[in-house]
Amino acid sequence: MIKHLRSAADLDAATATLILDTAAEMAALAGREVKKLPTLRGRTVVNLFYEDSTRTRISFEAAAKRLSADVINFSAKGSSVSKGESLKDTALTLQAMGADAVVIRHSASGAPHRLASWVDGSVINAGDGTHEHPTQALLDAYTMRSRLGRLDGLRVAIVGDVLHSRVARSNVLLLSTLGASVTLVGPPTLIPVDIAAALEPAEPTRGGKPKETSAKVSYDLDSVLPDMDVVMMLRVQTERMQDSFFPSAREYSRRYGLDLARMRKLPEHAIVMHPGPMNRGMEITPEVADSSRSTIVEQVANGVSARMAVLYLLLGGKA
Amino acid sequence: MSAFVLKGVSVLGAAPTDLVLRDGAISDTSDKSAEVVDAAGLVALPGLVDLHTHLREPGREDAETVETGSRAAALGGYTAVCAMANTSPVADTAGVVEQVWRLGREAGLVDVQPIGAVTVGLAGKQLAELGAMATSAANVRIFSDDGHCVADPRLMRRALEYVKAFDGIIAQHAEEPRLTEGAQMHEGEVSTRLGLTGWPAVAEEAIIARDVLLAEHVGSRLHVCHVSTAGSVEVLRQAKARGVRVTAEVTPHHLLLTDDLAASYDPVFKVNPPLRTASDVAALREALIEAVVAHASKSVEQLKLVVTGGNEAAHRLYKRLGFEEYGRETRALKYDGRYFDDILMVRFLTVG
Repeated sequence: MIKHLRSAADLDAATATLILDTAAEMAALAGREVKKLPTLRGRTVVNLFYEDSTRTRISFEAAAKRLSADVINFSAKGSSVSKGESLKDTALTLQAMGADAVVIRHSASGAPHRLASWVDGSVINAGDGTHEHPTQALLDAYTMRSRLGRLDGLRVAIVGDVLHSRVARSNVLLLSTLGASVTLVGPPTLIPVDIAAALEPAEPTRGGKPKETSAKVSYDLDSVLPDMDVVMMLRVQTERMQDSFFPSAREYSRRYGLDLARMRKLPEHAIVMHPGPMNRGMEITPEVADSSRSTIVEQVANGVSARMAVLYLLLGGKA
Repeated sequence: MSAFVLKGVSVLGAAPTDLVLRDGAISDTSDKSAEVVDAAGLVALPGLVDLHTHLREPGREDAETVETGSRAAALGGYTAVCAMANTSPVADTAGVVEQVWRLGREAGLVDVQPIGAVTVGLAGKQLAELGAMATSAANVRIFSDDGHCVADPRLMRRALEYVKAFDGIIAQHAEEPRLTEGAQMHEGEVSTRLGLTGWPAVAEEAIIARDVLLAEHVGSRLHVCHVSTAGSVEVLRQAKARGVRVTAEVTPHHLLLTDDLAASYDPVFKVNPPLRTASDVAALREALIEAVVAHASKSVEQLKLVVTGGNEAAHRLYKRLGFEEYGRETRALKYDGRYFDDILMVRFLTVG
């Protein structure tokens, strides 16, 4: 088993599948009256959150507690970070306290990579800047697999602000590794340069001409929808408007928002996903978000199972 | 009166000899009273000049002082360094450049030539007193806001024009600031994968293109600091061919390292301008040799160099640039129990 989960690229197909299978067992537990497993008793998990977060922080906390780990929650506010302590010095403090795993959310891309070089415990990336959010990709893959029965050959559109999205990067890497084909959709200003080559899965070979598994790019949502099994809408921050990524919120919704008329273009079985938090009325209309095709609430529930599986396997549990 | 004998030194890579120095100049008469320095295995070069150093004094004496920077320079074979203006206070007045110049004299190891700021406080709003710095004891001729680009085209034009009065040069840090807001590394495949905001090559190339046109228009001299992209090389090549008075520099790290090193997220690889791609590195290497050849062609008929056997990349590069092998010195180097040949190469130049 890998030691750290810094990027979805840390996962090969076998490891990712093991995590998803383990998550399914963890989910079965949620139906029981006693939801706790004694597996991580006596182990310490630190939640190191430098950025505001609702669902990810609570989800990791619930996951660690259901595995009976001791959980220390650390948020930048009210800690020595507000006195100017560096990430490295905070890491050394955690190291001295003997953290078995550190779950980190940070506004700077790469913070988990740096942290992993300073502490002995496992480092789990809970979202770093505009880089990655691998456990979100795992819970998304889990949700797709449980709704549609498979991942191999699945056609997935990821729509919106790919440039600033850590969710998109992790999803492209993980879904490609697991055999799904991903199409990134958005205005050209929000699709990063060389995205297909950049996010090609590490195996079997890198470089050369684009493979079947490389992500495709489209600027036209309407033409993409009829072929999709999954459409994942990304949050678009209205601040991007001031930066001229697009002219107005209204034009954005008109061209790239998912409303009922667009949802009808999807095949009958297709599902609609969103990592949250949503801008209702911007990238997704309330009717779509609350429809039976939407898995948005399910994704949150699956988040706890996926994170339990990650903690369990990284901290040496046997599947 | 001081004299040294450098025993067994290799002058410009030639066979070892004894070199006599008297009062800072090479002398052909030996001197019994001269101090003998064992220079076996060392190479004697003309004093090197570093056009682009940051001595940090005044203001950041914790990082570097004129004296510590002078020591490092002398140790590396440099006899002159140009000190950039981004100190605190900024070297934008005669007072500050004279202070730096005086500290250099006091350190007494190398010539410390202050570079003056182009604009007050490096803020890019208003010209600094370029003339006062030029006529000060520091005798400033190079002006740069290095670290910041003189982005305002009108201000850049005025600066280029103004320094003609005392044969000055504007050294530009070419970075269109609106294209590099929040930038962390070269914009490309690697920045996309790492989720780091990109510093696009065009932000450098657009400023260089504009500035060579401005320099041409007002008939002034432009120097471009730390060129980092293949596109910049192309713009400079065309400008030089047209006769624009432009010079450029490249750093060792831009000749050796590429952007994929950022994958470690180790900030030691975060520089400005950022590390670029392998094709940029190749273009910069070629451009550097091209510039040396062009310079040498004014007075030299043959350019000779030595490549260590096994350094295939360098061997290929020199071959492509017209150097031919004329001999080999077998087993010229023994390193780690292995022997390496020296490949001797020459390129014949047309003088004129």
